[in-house]
Amino acid sequence: MSGLHRFASPARFLRLADRIQPWTAWTAAILIGAGLAVGFGFSPPDYQQGDTVRIMYVHVPSAWMALFCYAAMAVCAAAGLIWRHPLAHVIAHGAAPIGACFTIVCLATGMLWGKPMWGRWWAWDARLTSVLILLFLYLGYIALANAFDNTTRGDRSSAILALVGAVNLPVIKFSVDWWNTLHQPASVTRIGAPAIHSSMLTPLLLMAAGFMCLFATLLFIRVRAALLERRLRALRHARAHAPPAGGMDTGTTLS
Amino acid sequence: MTAFAAALGRELRLAIREPGEAAAAVMFFVLATMLFPFGVGPEANLLARIAAGVLWVAALLAAMLSLERLFLGDYEDGSFEILALAPLPLSLIVGAKMLAHWLTTCIPLIVATPLMAVLLDLDTGGYFALVAAMALGTPTISLVGGVGAALTLGARRGGMLLSVLVLPLLIPVLIFGAGAVDAALAGHAVRQQLMVLAAMFLAASALCPWAAAAAVRQALE
Amino acid sequence: MFPTGQPWNKSAGAVSRVGPANARFAVNRPDTHPAIRFSGRALACVRGDRAVFSGLDFALDAGEVLTLTGPNGSGKSSLLRTMAGLLPPVSGAIEWEGANIAEDREAHAARLHYVGHLDAVKLALTVAENLRFWSAVRPDGGDIQPALEQFGISALADLPARFLSAGQRRRLALARIAVSKAPLWLLDEPTVALDSEGIAAVHAAIRNHCAEGGSCVVSTNAPLDLPDAKGLDLVRHGMGAGGRA
Repeated sequence: MSGLHRFASPARFLRLADRIQPWTAWTAAILIGAGLAVGFGFSPPDYQQGDTVRIMYVHVPSAWMALFCYAAMAVCAAAGLIWRHPLAHVIAHGAAPIGACFTIVCLATGMLWGKPMWGRWWAWDARLTSVLILLFLYLGYIALANAFDNTTRGDRSSAILALVGAVNLPVIKFSVDWWNTLHQPASVTRIGAPAIHSSMLTPLLLMAAGFMCLFATLLFIRVRAALLERRLRALRHARAHAPPAGGMDTGTTLS
Repeated sequence: MTAFAAALGRELRLAIREPGEAAAAVMFFVLATMLFPFGVGPEANLLARIAAGVLWVAALLAAMLSLERLFLGDYEDGSFEILALAPLPLSLIVGAKMLAHWLTTCIPLIVATPLMAVLLDLDTGGYFALVAAMALGTPTISLVGGVGAALTLGARRGGMLLSVLVLPLLIPVLIFGAGAVDAALAGHAVRQQLMVLAAMFLAASALCPWAAAAAVRQALE
Repeated sequence: MFPTGQPWNKSAGAVSRVGPANARFAVNRPDTHPAIRFSGRALACVRGDRAVFSGLDFALDAGEVLTLTGPNGSGKSSLLRTMAGLLPPVSGAIEWEGANIAEDREAHAARLHYVGHLDAVKLALTVAENLRFWSAVRPDGGDIQPALEQFGISALADLPARFLSAGQRRRLALARIAVSKAPLWLLDEPTVALDSEGIAAVHAAIRNHCAEGGSCVVSTNAPLDLPDAKGLDLVRHGMGAGGRA
């Protein structure tokens, strides 16, 4: 059957994932542990912000990851649309909730940082507002992907949405920046200021690398679960439509 | 082009035969706007200050309401299957339907906007900017909303989902639409905001019919 | 998504060989192409997560009718939609005069008429308005009057379609394929809801179409008055044993 490659590559992906996943999991644990230790134990407090600056070690990497996950999702969505490969859609769907969680972490830490800095939890800072809109793009994507009884439809519709969102993100960013400069005094300190001392850069990069490994680990887990779920559904259908007397090898030859 | 004209004519004829949908959108717009003075109090200064934003938000929500039905009728009665099999680009048909949505829903909203602005005590300096921004911004709502409508064809809770998908994408239109009025009220030129709105419209008109056609085509599979 | 292991994928599908076209159906047959006009090889179709059919072949020549039979859920509609190009096959290919239909979607659309389960009738428009629109979207769309007469609904022309009965709506949907020329007709249970006069009109239209060198694929659960039609049985469970025609 010429369509067999469609089923072979998820199996290959699973084998690969099984081999890589322990490595990514341990690396993530070590890097995040080291990043937290350096960030909270050994790096100096900011001369202006004091210990509050340590929130940055979680906040900034999660903001990076929020954007990275969306980009990864859009790339997978495009690949799924162009080559009609189901695995690409499965990966895109797997990445979305992880990205949404990074986005929520970014927003939550941003608000924690905002309270001592601005005196209020939410000051409609341009960056945080853009991240909030990004969260809604994630939620819309997840909702659309799960809104269809037919998996193929959910795959394709959400893929088109991911691409539309990716095209729109720069426009949203530009608009929100413009809106913010119009309505906000420029004196407000911005989160994640660019001038960073190397003693702060080390924990930041450690955390970023750790988050990346964490993302890979979670993605492997989610993709494996999704593949198994789809396979289970296919088996159920096969059983529902199998001939009553034909004791053929239903279910034993999978992948 | 005859096919485009035929598709547009069909949509307009349907809208005239069943005027309830466009009327419902305008009614929603008027009612939603009217709620704000009850919510924030009838103080003239406050209402004038928030008028542009309120009108834009109400117009966005009213458009969402009507967008849900944009492709659903043709999807449910099988017309889209036949249109997808007509020897012409599906994006042309989809574009005609988006244009029809703007003509039948957004133009009544644009007409109703100055009237509602009077109720909200908008300063006279803001009217031109408000109507111009609406005229340039609402086509983008029809276009981007059309993509959302095509994506949610056949989805569970399609109407609610449509708003969740489309409203975040339309925040830029809201920002520059309301921003144009604010600039006019502050005595600045509104050219920049109107240009950005026009640019968004042009970009959307190039991309959205194509994306919506792709969405419709996969909905038919 | 992974419908391996389903028991019908091995020798599934029914093969209908192309016999010599019957004389009555081969008048004016344009013999420019010696190859089979419309054919499919090793077609597989997956709906949702379920494999509907696989390894299915068909072939159809000018002037021929192919009837699709099989129980509900056996994939008659899916096969017709695949033939129309609405549904890309999971595997296999469909060819028109040797060229894959997926290569030029618009060219394939121009050569076919498809009537699905749904009538594609707008209830707020009159019968004539409905039909005039379908004529306008085809480049060769002609006058609607002969088509209305052919299916016996010319008296209803100015009536809004919401007042039509189910059978009259079906006649209107079928009249659509008579307003413009297309060599390939794909009809999904065209006689549903029709009375005997309507059924006779459909059969006459198909015969006439084939006499002019057209081809037609009809899915049906009711016997058709088309004795020379070739059959393709999509019986799902019987495919392994006796599915080959």
